[in-house]
Amino acid sequence: MEQSLAIQISDLTVAYQEKAVLWDIDLDVPQGILMAIVGPNGAGKTTLLKAALGLLPIAAGQVAIFGKPYKEQRGLVSYVPQRGSVDWDFPTSVLDVVMMGNYGKLGWVRRPGAAERRAAEAALDKVGMSEYAQRQISQLSGGQQQRTFLARALVQDAQIYFMDEPFQGVDATTERAIVELLKELRASGKTVLAVHHDLQTVPEYFDWVTLLNIRRIASGPVDEVFTEDNLRATYGGRVSLLSSAPRKEAA
Amino acid sequence: MNLWELLASLVNDHTVRTVALGTAGLGAVSGVLGAFAVLRRQSLLGDALSHAALPGVALAYMLTASKTPLVLMLGAGFTGFLAIGLFFIITRHTRIKEDASLGIVLSTFFGVGLLLLTYLQRNPDARQAGLNSFLFGQAAALLTRDLVTIAIFGGLALLVVFILWKEFKLLSFDRDFGSSLGFPMPGLDLLLTSLLVVVIVLGLQAVGVVLMSAMIVAPGAAARQWTDDLARMALLAAFFGALAGVSGALISSLGSGLSTGPVIVLCASAIVLVSLLLAPNRGLAWNAWRNWRSRSRLRGEAVLLDLYRMGAQHEDALQPHPVSALEAVSGARATQRSLQNLLARGLVQPGKNNWWALTEQGLAEAQRMEAALAADRDEQ
Amino acid sequence: MSSAQIEIQLIGLVVAAACALPGVFLVLRGMAMMSDAISHTVLLGIVLGFMVLGDLESPWLIIAAAAMGLITVSLIELLNNTKLVKQDAAIGLVFPALFSLAVILISRFARGVHLDNDAVLLGELAFAPFNRILLFGVSLPHSLVVMGVILLVNIAFIALFYKELKLATFDAGLAMALGFSPALIHYGLMALVSVTAVGAFDAVGSIMVVAFMVAPGAAAYLLTDRLDRMLLYAVLIGAAGTLGGYWMAHWLDANIAGSMSTIIGLLFVLCLLFAPRRGLLAIAARRRRQKWEFAQTMLAIHLLHHEGTAEAGVENRLEHLHDHLRWEPGFARGVVRRAREGGLISQSNGSLLLTAQGRQLAEQNLEG
Repeated sequence: MEQSLAIQISDLTVAYQEKAVLWDIDLDVPQGILMAIVGPNGAGKTTLLKAALGLLPIAAGQVAIFGKPYKEQRGLVSYVPQRGSVDWDFPTSVLDVVMMGNYGKLGWVRRPGAAERRAAEAALDKVGMSEYAQRQISQLSGGQQQRTFLARALVQDAQIYFMDEPFQGVDATTERAIVELLKELRASGKTVLAVHHDLQTVPEYFDWVTLLNIRRIASGPVDEVFTEDNLRATYGGRVSLLSSAPRKEAA
Repeated sequence: MNLWELLASLVNDHTVRTVALGTAGLGAVSGVLGAFAVLRRQSLLGDALSHAALPGVALAYMLTASKTPLVLMLGAGFTGFLAIGLFFIITRHTRIKEDASLGIVLSTFFGVGLLLLTYLQRNPDARQAGLNSFLFGQAAALLTRDLVTIAIFGGLALLVVFILWKEFKLLSFDRDFGSSLGFPMPGLDLLLTSLLVVVIVLGLQAVGVVLMSAMIVAPGAAARQWTDDLARMALLAAFFGALAGVSGALISSLGSGLSTGPVIVLCASAIVLVSLLLAPNRGLAWNAWRNWRSRSRLRGEAVLLDLYRMGAQHEDALQPHPVSALEAVSGARATQRSLQNLLARGLVQPGKNNWWALTEQGLAEAQRMEAALAADRDEQ
Repeated sequence: MSSAQIEIQLIGLVVAAACALPGVFLVLRGMAMMSDAISHTVLLGIVLGFMVLGDLESPWLIIAAAAMGLITVSLIELLNNTKLVKQDAAIGLVFPALFSLAVILISRFARGVHLDNDAVLLGELAFAPFNRILLFGVSLPHSLVVMGVILLVNIAFIALFYKELKLATFDAGLAMALGFSPALIHYGLMALVSVTAVGAFDAVGSIMVVAFMVAPGAAAYLLTDRLDRMLLYAVLIGAAGTLGGYWMAHWLDANIAGSMSTIIGLLFVLCLLFAPRRGLLAIAARRRRQKWEFAQTMLAIHLLHHEGTAEAGVENRLEHLHDHLRWEPGFARGVVRRAREGGLISQSNGSLLLTAQGRQLAEQNLEG
């Protein structure tokens, strides 16, 4: 199979105080797909993203972005952290947060200027948040916070997007908007790796999936690996509960 | 001395001018660094660091027998860093939580400082070392050379903050994202915390170890209430810090033997209190007023809808109804006041015997609200 | 030893025990810095009480000061609940303000009446034996009597509400469900801390109260998991620090309270370094041991994953461990040697193969 690999994770083990959080993960992510990472709580989903981004020390293994170490490919990667990981009472505006997407390209000391501002405004427009540009971030709803983070990622104009639970606690309208955005990204050849919680929407929103529970259970196109057996192997006996759960209510 | 004379002394009296300039500078620098500390939830780290400076001051004097502020400050900075190191070791590697680590560092470093200080004071020369003023601060003892020290180190600290503004903002708001961009966040963290140590050490002489933490927390916490912009918050914190510094120093120069530290802290606390109460958007008084406004608006809308629904049961939607019927439906008090508000907006009109009816305009408004409510229900 | 020396040490011991007991709960509940806030603001209670009563010996003064401690706690919670500032800032705003007020009031209105600012901060244990009262015909130092009563109150409170305190500390939700009010326990504990702080700071000063409350509890927390032992160890550590500190101060001719908290701090550092399971040295030793064990498990899992796959021939060679797992060659050799000796793997012409034992280890770990 001669397909260029956007992300290649091999033999990745991550440990916290000599207790493994991820064991020997191999993961090949081809370019231009939307991949969901699913698994129970404590399966190491967020850890996988953070370790791939070099935010956590790696006990063994390696991560390659288009064939090279992450450090050399930073400009090609964008990270959307969990919405709850920051203090939304921080004194700053939506536009200002989105402009942070430019900081990597700006490098040290240089401040964002008119060009960066235009890029941020365009990204805000794309996620339907133009009118909120000057809004203080504490006044945003959960969905608007998530759109702000996505706009910041768009500003980075990356090839690969690591997203940590982009659908967590967002309203139905935002959920649809994010799905549209993901499809647009895929259409322009970008790759998305997203931690996802809602099993029901995996086939609808994503085309590839990785099932994770400390080790990699399965990874591949959704119609091949998103099977009852694999889910049971990932979630244990609890999967029947999950699959019979009603579809998430629109908030 | 009246207020005018006090202010005039600022210009004319060399000592007063020196003291005011010194405390203003200190207040400004600690305000800016404090703004970051408050946002990064390091308010109490400032407390621990200022207490940890005491043994450093004593050690520096013991080793060099010099009471030059710069030497004492170097000592204070040294033990400040030791304290940070111990704090991080305890919180990273053991299950002892942050609060207990701070408590231990704060109290035991201070204990060591006290031990050294009192040991030194058995030595007659040490009595004149002015070490006692490090407890509560003695701004009156500020000299021109202290001003120079404050200007150089405070200026340098502010310069670093200015140059690395973008990076410090990233550190304070979204550390992981900053790391993913390739900025060395642990290094930036250490740098910003080091600047905090510098400011604390500078401030010891004027405010003292015991109360220096308030000079870190108060201006930043007050400034946060007035603005939602980091740059404005930092500037405002600098202003508040300077204001508290100058007014505290001036007021304490009036009283006999008042330490400057407590007076400056009370001034800063007053600024915080005013900010918490009165700041637009966030202030408590402002919020109470806004709640009252929106409650009375909601009550008015409810009365308008009641009137509309009662009319809908009749042929004539504009038919008047007695106020007692309205009160029975809404069950709310203050129906009369709501009606007066609606009357002022031209939405209702009074009839005889306290009967009320919708106007054409009121009918249109009520229909619009009913439609909006129905749309909301569909959305859900 | 003179009788004054014995009395000073006795007072110190009682203070240490009285502080260590509630301190354990402060450490466990993540509220250690409340002791810093309270030990400063009780001064305002004393000053205000003195201005009203005109008497520094009145027992009502202790009540007034303890009330101020509770007011401090409520003010901090009130400020925190407005959501305008974060909890740490709330503490950092409230107590300096109240303490400053107290200091200014003392210098304006209470000068020279045995209340001076240095004494408040630093304590004057050395003079404690001079202030005496008669109790049942026996002349005793005033502080010894006061602190003795406070110690008894603390012991009684903790003994009476031991179960409730334990539950509210480790599982507030369950405590609520069982009908104990965590808020009541919380305020009870804060009242205890306030009363203790009032009594103790007369002897050791407000900042050292923090050392006596927090450091022994935290050190004991490194030594044991059991609450009853933790209380005992905390008292013992506080007592050892008191006696050691007294004699160091005697020898150096320096401040007694400062010397005591220095020794308590040293004892804490000793526990931090040498505590059997949670000390830094024990952790480092365990890490070193686990590093090899962990690496062997990692190797077993790695081999298991590539067993029977096409690339197994490549992946399972010693020299490839460096490329794939990013292990240093020397480290990789060490891991393989240990794994072979432990019977986890076997080696045949350069290829590493899992033994049944190795497979079992890998599978066990993957099950989580």
